[in-house]
Amino acid sequence: MRDIRLLHQMFIPGTLIGPFTQANPGLGGVCTFVGEVRYDQGVEALELTHYEPLTLPGMHALADRAFGRFDLMGLLMVHRVGVLRPGEPIVCVSAAALHRRDAIDAVDFCMDHLKSAAWFWKREKRGGQWHWIEPRDQDHADLSRWHEPI
Amino acid sequence: MVTIVFLGKLADLAGAPSLQLAAPLGWAGLKAALPSALAEAVDDPRNRVALNGALLADKAGLQAGAGDEIALLPPVSGG
Repeated sequence: MRDIRLLHQMFIPGTLIGPFTQANPGLGGVCTFVGEVRYDQGVEALELTHYEPLTLPGMHALADRAFGRFDLMGLLMVHRVGVLRPGEPIVCVSAAALHRRDAIDAVDFCMDHLKSAAWFWKREKRGGQWHWIEPRDQDHADLSRWHEPI
Repeated sequence: MVTIVFLGKLADLAGAPSLQLAAPLGWAGLKAALPSALAEAVDDPRNRVALNGALLADKAGLQAGAGDEIALLPPVSGG
């Protein structure tokens, strides 16, 4: 079961995770990560833009690599674009496998790559002004854990 | 015409998410056709360029014809 999507509207992760888990009968473990827009001080909104010809194909390529690297039964990878408010879910990755380590590591791998190597540009609104978010060193450090070129 | 798509902060500098320029268009011609502040930002070596959805290994080799789409992609944001 493979479900890779970009969403333009608010979503409720539980409505995706339940059916995903059901769609992988016989699994030994399922690991799910949900990222939400933080209530950082003064942040009113977060906007994600993407580039249609690259962003979703890039997520599919990432899923291919996760399936190649870990022993997975299923992978759910959903990412929001558009304007989000603090507290809204922005990303949901869920992996189903026979054994927990594959599920946990696959989610960690996908999240590190979605954060710093996927085609999303983010800006946040503070005090009525939009500010672009630049790449962070921590993201590159996270990515380097997987011993791959960025 | 060639469509130029600006992503991230380049869209702010351009004042629009895209614009059209006359074909054919190469990398030097593209920069020359843009206002200087925008051209300078576009020239950042960290930016990637895609032609019709395919990333270019070498921006300087860009060659776009009528109906093509060039995307200018600044570094993606972190977490």
